[in-house]
Parts: sequence; structure tokens; C-alpha cells
Amino acid sequence: METFLERYKNIMVLSAVLLAQFLGLAVQVRTPAARGSDGKGVRLLRYWVVAMMSPPEKVMSHTGSGARGFWGNYIDLRHTREENQALRAQVEQLRLEQAAILEDAKQGQRLQELLGFRQKYIYKTVPAQVIGTGGSDQSRILTIDKGSKEGLKRDQPVITPDGIVGKLVEVFPHTSQVLEINDQTSGAGVLLEKTRMRGVLRGNAYGQPQIINVLPDDRVKPGEKVVTSGGDQIFPRGLAVGTVEKVVSDPDREPYVDIVLKPAANLQHLDEVLVVTETSDELPAATQRDLAKSEAAGAEEVEMQRASDILAEKLPGLQDPNAPPPQQGAAGPDGVDLRPLKPLTAARPDRFSPSEVRPASQMTPGKAAPITPSQGGSEVTNGNAPVKRPKKPHSDGDGTISSDGSTKPAPHTNQDSFIIPGTATGPDRPLVNPEKTGAEKTSAAIAPAAGAASREQHQ
Amino acid sequence: MPVLMANSRRELDTQQFPWPIMLATPLLAVFLQAYLPLRYPRLDVFDLPLLVVIYFAVSRRSPIAGTLTGAVVGLLQDGVTHQPVGIHGIANTIIGFLAASIGLRIDVDNPITRMLMIFVFTLVDSFLYLVIVRHLIAEQLAWSWMHQIVRAAVNVALGLVLFAGLDRTRVRD
Repeated sequence: METFLERYKNIMVLSAVLLAQFLGLAVQVRTPAARGSDGKGVRLLRYWVVAMMSPPEKVMSHTGSGARGFWGNYIDLRHTREENQALRAQVEQLRLEQAAILEDAKQGQRLQELLGFRQKYIYKTVPAQVIGTGGSDQSRILTIDKGSKEGLKRDQPVITPDGIVGKLVEVFPHTSQVLEINDQTSGAGVLLEKTRMRGVLRGNAYGQPQIINVLPDDRVKPGEKVVTSGGDQIFPRGLAVGTVEKVVSDPDREPYVDIVLKPAANLQHLDEVLVVTETSDELPAATQRDLAKSEAAGAEEVEMQRASDILAEKLPGLQDPNAPPPQQGAAGPDGVDLRPLKPLTAARPDRFSPSEVRPASQMTPGKAAPITPSQGGSEVTNGNAPVKRPKKPHSDGDGTISSDGSTKPAPHTNQDSFIIPGTATGPDRPLVNPEKTGAEKTSAAIAPAAGAASREQHQ
Repeated sequence: MPVLMANSRRELDTQQFPWPIMLATPLLAVFLQAYLPLRYPRLDVFDLPLLVVIYFAVSRRSPIAGTLTGAVVGLLQDGVTHQPVGIHGIANTIIGFLAASIGLRIDVDNPITRMLMIFVFTLVDSFLYLVIVRHLIAEQLAWSWMHQIVRAAVNVALGLVLFAGLDRTRVRD
């Protein structure tokens, strides 16, 4: 007996160790993690391993981020001023855009209230630093440096400003594990933005997030945006998930297809993430203040636009038959109005309408060319009959009077400058299409004071 | 082939290591395996824990020690993932046993032996992982033998450097 044990002890130890692990594996597979948390023993093992790994991971991450922060804060500040100015301008622009869509959002909220639907807003988030990974291409796990002591709980969503990242699967006192959306065991309810198709998001074997078990639909095209549907009770509705990359057939589940996505968040390079710890039916106070500010800015803009519209109505002569029709349908392929809020750059920077000079193909040799404003007169139309106005010395403040009485335009300083309604009250007034495009309307709105003054003068 | 075989008593001696090295090296390997891909995602091709298992198993030339080393390192590796605990554990246990068994018969200090050993064991480990994931826990797994061969070659390069470094920590008689 002793000889037998001595002879086969290596094999017996190997068998015993393998058997124990096989049994442990079998128990875990019977109760998959998707249905709940790990068993007590497994959780304890993970806890001890993460507890051993996280201190050096934190040190390395914080040292690295400290060095990067030093570089960013003290050395790489060369273009900060320019960036600051550009960002300020962008904030103003976004404020106007936000005001423009605010009404639609409010209407949507009212309709949702009527339907009894309660929108969940992200109310509170905890920023966390990513300090580790699962170390395996089969396990899309991130370790973050915040845990239950900071108020984190299991199943809370993890996001970045770009899009969703995943959800918390294990929460330890000072660290947590995040299951990324491209893991095979993950799951999230998503919605295709344009086609409004709903589905379940899950990672595939190649580490790509995909919407599984979808019936084939020709309307689904690459590039379509995908957002969270809110149906999983984890991710708030409307967060960016990614864009459709391709549609592939599922050989195991004919005729269903899988929609492979390109994630909105860069899952390969994540430094910092936000854990959503609280959602609410109401917007956070800071957001409400910001919206109120934008709303005030939007109201001011609407007021200015209204003034310019009234002015345009009272000046029926400001019509140009040659002007292109108003772009009612300046919409993109997805129906979104693409008209910019800023005025378009003029085709020729002459301060006047670009449509007043006829193309050479429409001119007759020997006949006098129509008088253009720059030649000292203006061709103001009244219906279809052009009316020539006599030349008359005039200065509207923008130009200088030449010796022959014609007005020379003032030096042009800004390509984005535009016709200010109401300033052209004399014969040299430029041609303006009363049915202004969005760009003109916006540009008109920027000079309300000049417009109002001229209106009084006109009346 | 006789070059690769152990032909002296010195070559068959069991190597001893200070216990802090025995304890810290596997932990450091698992830590680096989890941390490095965060900064450099392409480094997930390395399998540092496997290399450590191979090294200690062939150096100590004890199948039981190799089995236990493989099991412990594999379970640590499973601990930082979200996969069921035991996937890497089973694969590394078998590799530890095989490496220790082979270490009893060949000269493991020879660089050519080491290269061949690391290459073959990395492929065997990949195969075991494939079998466990696909057939035991029935998960999908993207698989390419070409990728596995490249991965094995990359680990051979890293293993030669790592083994040379760990050789310096041996306890000298």
C-alpha cells in the first residue's frame, strides 16, 4: 500500500487538485453570474485577489496620472488661452442650440407625462479611475478605485461622456469590478435611434458589442446611432451606446441577425469613468440652472428675430426675384435641419446679395448691363418688373460718397458680415429676400439695435 | 537531441529559491498581467503567469510542487477576471505537472530547450483553455491557430529574458 501511494502520489495529487477545480467549475456554471452574484467562496477568492492586486494598481495608476497631470498642467499650457476662447465661443453656440431644442424637449416631456412614462435623469455620479483589467481577452473586466465606501453598489451603470462602458458586477470596500458591454456575459437594453428597433446588447467572441437576435431589416444601415432604451432598469434611457458597424447573420439562430456595433466610448483606453449612483425623475439643479440660462438666451434670440421679421414685412421692396428659393427643406438624410446658426460666408465678399449680377450667358452683347449697387444705382424689383432708381448721392454710414455721387462700400473687414435689415433705407439699399434663410435670420438677429433704429427712421 | 537531455548530476539538481521570490513572483506576474493591458492593450498577448508556472515547475523538478504552483497561480489569475474560477486554474495545473515531469529528464538551463519548452507549453495551455471554455462552460471563443502560434513565439522571447532574470535569484550551494 505504501509503495502504491509512493509510486502514484504525483498522479494522485494532480487528480485531486483537478477534481476539486472541476467540481468548483461545475457548481459555478450551474449558477451563472448573469443570474446573480458569485457564490460565497468564489466571491471571497475574488475579494482576496483584488485586495492583493489593487494597492499596487492604485499606486501605479495615481503615479502615472500624477506624472501626466504634471505634464498637462505645467508644461503643455501653450495653447490654453486660444483653447479657452474657442471653448467659450463653443459654449455660446451650444447654448443657442440648446435653446433651440429646449422647446422640443419640453414638449416631449409633457407627452411622456401624459403617457405616464417617467424619464430617469442622471442625478449623481461618482468619478472613478480605472486601475486594472481582467488580464484576459475573454474577460472584459475593469477594476476601478472606488467601492462601497464611496456609495457604489452592484449593477450601477458606468459611463463616460462619450457613451456607456458597463455595469458594476462586484463591489468591494475600496474597489469595484466593471463588466464592460463587450463581454459575452454582459447585457443591456438598447434602441436604434432611427429605426426605433429594440434589442439586447451583448459582447461577442471577438470583444465587439452586438445586438443579438434581431429580425433582418433593410433599414438598418452602418452608421446608425444606438442608444440605451432604459428597459434593463440599469442604464438610463438615451445614453449613447455606439454606431452600427455591420449586420451579420447568426448561423445558430436563423433567420435572426446580429448587429455589430462600434462602441461610442473607447473601451480600449479608459482612464476615468463615471459611476451613476443616483437617478431621478427631475433634472439636477445645476442642469436646470443651465437650461434656464439657455432658455433666456433663446428667448432673447427669438425676440430679436421677431423684430427683424417685422422689419422685413414692412419693407416689401426688399425682394429679389433672382434669389434662390428659401431652403425649406434644408434637412439632412436623417431629417435634421442642417441650417447653421451662424450666417453663411458670402459667395463673393461684396456686402450685397450675390444674386444681383447675371451670369455672362444671360447677357446680350451691345446692351447695357443692369445697374448694380456698386455702380451707383440699384435695381430694386417690384414684382417682376425691375425699377431703376436714379443715382443719388447718399451715405448710409457704411460707405463713402465718391465724386460722381456713387456710394463706395466701406472696407470689408469680416467675411461673416451680412445685410442688416433696416439699415438700407435709401436708394442704395441692398436686395434682401424677405423670406430669409435660417442663416440670414440668425444674422439679422445679431444686429437688433441697428434694425430698430432704422425702423423708426423708416416709419 | 542528446544536447537537450540532462547528462550530469548538476543539471538534474533541484533548484532552490528564496521564499520571498517564490511568493512575490507569481503575485507580480498576475498583477502585471492585469495592469499592463490597461496602458498597452496589445500586451495582453503575453502570459506572464504561465511563464512563471513553467519556470518554477521545471526548476524545482517536483510534479507535486509544479501542480500546486500551477493551481495557485491559475486561481489567482481567475480571481481578477469575471470568468468562473478554475478555467486558468485547471490549465495551469496541468502545465505545471507536465513541466515538472519534463524537467526531471531534460536540461532546462539550455536556451534551446527553454525556447522549445515555452513554445510547446504555451500552445498546450491555449488548447486546454479552448477545450475548457468551449466544452466545459460552453462559451463562444474566437480562435485562430495562427494567432496562437504568434502568441507562443512572443512568449518565447519574453520567457528567455524572464528566465534569465529569475536564474539570478537561485540559492547557490
